[in-house]
Amino acid sequence: MQFEFLLEQVVNGLVLGGYYLLIALGLSLIFSVGGIVNLAHGAFYALGAYVCVELTKRLGFGPSVVISPFVVALLGILFERFILRRFYSADPILSLLVTFGLAMVAEQAIRMMWGAAPVSTEIPQSFRGSVIVGDFLFSRYRLLILAVVAAILLGIWLLLQKTSFGRVVRAGIQRPDMVAALGIRLQPYMTAIVMLGVGLAALGGAFFAPITTVHPAMGAEIMTVAFVVVVIGGLGSFWGVVIAALLVGVVRGIAIHFEPAAGEASIYILMFLVLLVRPRGLLGERIEKFE
Amino acid sequence: MIRYPRRTLLRAGAAFVGASALGFPAIVRAQAEKIRIGHLTPLTGFLGVIGSYAQLGVKLAAEEINASGGILGRPIDLLSEDSINPATAATKAQRMLEQDGAVVLLGEISSASSLTIMQVAERNKKVFFSTGARSDALRGKNCNKYSFHCDIPNTVMVNAVGTALSQKGMVKGKKFFTLTADYIFGHDLLKAAKTFFGAHEANLIGDELIATDVTDFSPYLLKVRQAKPDVVCCNLAGNQVTNLVKQYAEFGFPYPLVGFNLNTGDAWAAGAGNLSGTWPTVWYHTLNNPTSQAFVAAFTKKYGKPPENHAWIDYVTLKLLAEAINTTKSTDSGELIAYFEKQVQFDIGKARKAYFRAWDHQLVQEAYPFTVKPKDQMKDQWDMLVLGEAVPAANDPLETIYPTKEQNPCEMKA
Repeated sequence: MQFEFLLEQVVNGLVLGGYYLLIALGLSLIFSVGGIVNLAHGAFYALGAYVCVELTKRLGFGPSVVISPFVVALLGILFERFILRRFYSADPILSLLVTFGLAMVAEQAIRMMWGAAPVSTEIPQSFRGSVIVGDFLFSRYRLLILAVVAAILLGIWLLLQKTSFGRVVRAGIQRPDMVAALGIRLQPYMTAIVMLGVGLAALGGAFFAPITTVHPAMGAEIMTVAFVVVVIGGLGSFWGVVIAALLVGVVRGIAIHFEPAAGEASIYILMFLVLLVRPRGLLGERIEKFE
Repeated sequence: MIRYPRRTLLRAGAAFVGASALGFPAIVRAQAEKIRIGHLTPLTGFLGVIGSYAQLGVKLAAEEINASGGILGRPIDLLSEDSINPATAATKAQRMLEQDGAVVLLGEISSASSLTIMQVAERNKKVFFSTGARSDALRGKNCNKYSFHCDIPNTVMVNAVGTALSQKGMVKGKKFFTLTADYIFGHDLLKAAKTFFGAHEANLIGDELIATDVTDFSPYLLKVRQAKPDVVCCNLAGNQVTNLVKQYAEFGFPYPLVGFNLNTGDAWAAGAGNLSGTWPTVWYHTLNNPTSQAFVAAFTKKYGKPPENHAWIDYVTLKLLAEAINTTKSTDSGELIAYFEKQVQFDIGKARKAYFRAWDHQLVQEAYPFTVKPKDQMKDQWDMLVLGEAVPAANDPLETIYPTKEQNPCEMKA
């Protein structure tokens, strides 16, 4: 019985990891290609949630959760075109400062538009409740999230591995100078990557709006976990981030099973141990431009 | 502190001298002798949402007092800041008293921060009204002569909900599972809950201590299901209540969820359709009382939304403080304490008047259990709760629901 309970926590951790992945993957992609640690990433997550809540009032939850990431991705274009683009080759401290500042501006903007008090939305009735598969219990809603994340993951993997777009992006991560020498401008690719990254974060926000408190500082809350995932996974590695997100979810679940009070601390201990053994992260590649 | 250029100071000085000579000293003195009052409350973190309401409430009270001539003819100068965490709260409290010249402090929601401010108040021999902190220990073993406690303590919340649950047959012989916030407030609430369970033959079959930064409760909910309780009981605070309530609705467990702590701001944030069960509250904006309704009208007019219970408690506290200073004609700590210890009665917008109990400085007042309105009966997004009968019942003394001296030993040093 005890073992089954533990297994249930492991499976639940995988589901939770899928949600972390939505935020961490974009963060990792933007860093890998542009060399920018996007501290404003959480703001797009929060915006995704707020836009979704707002649209739900008019369109219902289903369409809103689809539209909201696209709306935020469009903001991502402006973000890349007018802000990020100026900092690719600049001192990293500048991009840290500008994205940190932007995160604060975004949080205050949300506060001005929607107020400091949380806004609320709920899961459609058909996705409420839990399903019991064998001995395991799943929230119906989280299974939906998991399915969507899996589909997105497959899509992004195919995009990066099997298309010419993906080849340029991967080459751009390793040798941007060579890509330039071949006469390919990386900038449009970067715009696309930023759109993709912030769109994924917004999708995470939209999905979590009905089951968490939607408030202006929610973006800052999620960033810590997202960073832990990226650091554990290793920069530049697609599968590294995937594995790290799932691992963080699972380790947290197991920790809560045995020692509930240590639940939140467990992921930082995990990060510490991984860094001790593999300073570059689990599957981190050696990227010349960052060495 | 604002630094003025020397020229401005000189000009102001000259104006002051001139005005005195011309015979308008009263106006100038009134300007110079504002009564400064320090207000601290969390505006960020898991209590930030309800703290923002507290700040709106206390500001409204200061405006109303100033509009009607101030305290002892002097306007209030309210300094209201984010207390952030227990250490910063103490630093800011010390600064407000020492450098800013605040004569009295009020505010706070976090029991941990309230405790550190209480220590600062005692050291500086200034009065502090802890408006929103609920831990029993603050008015019990940590009590001090300079600190007054306005919100209902944990024991009262447990008694209010427990009595309502008992009447529905949901306590005796039932298995409870509690989820508890892992800081002084939660520990304290759990202790009060255990006492109640013990006295009413209920079994506590499981408890999880939850760090205050947890936002995903799914692993804890799995443990709840594994334990198969009859009733799940939430001993959390702030945003965490909202998150738990939403995720509990998501998983759709058959065990009823009740809670020994809820602030209406967190209930509103959870949204209609997510919240269910029986909960306690100290005040709600639909309470049918002329003083309360006047406050609700003024607040709604100014801010465009109804007040939450922290807006109310910080509002009434500044009002009763103003009343005390006007009556005693003094801002001296000793005189104020002596005044409140006479158990003077105040109208706080409830059916029965409230007073600070002399031996532990607890504001003794009514509390209410509430249940949740069905979504289709709500007039607007704020109209969520159905208040139960006030506890204690109208013919019982107010103190019957408060911890006794034996339960909550408070020894104040002279």
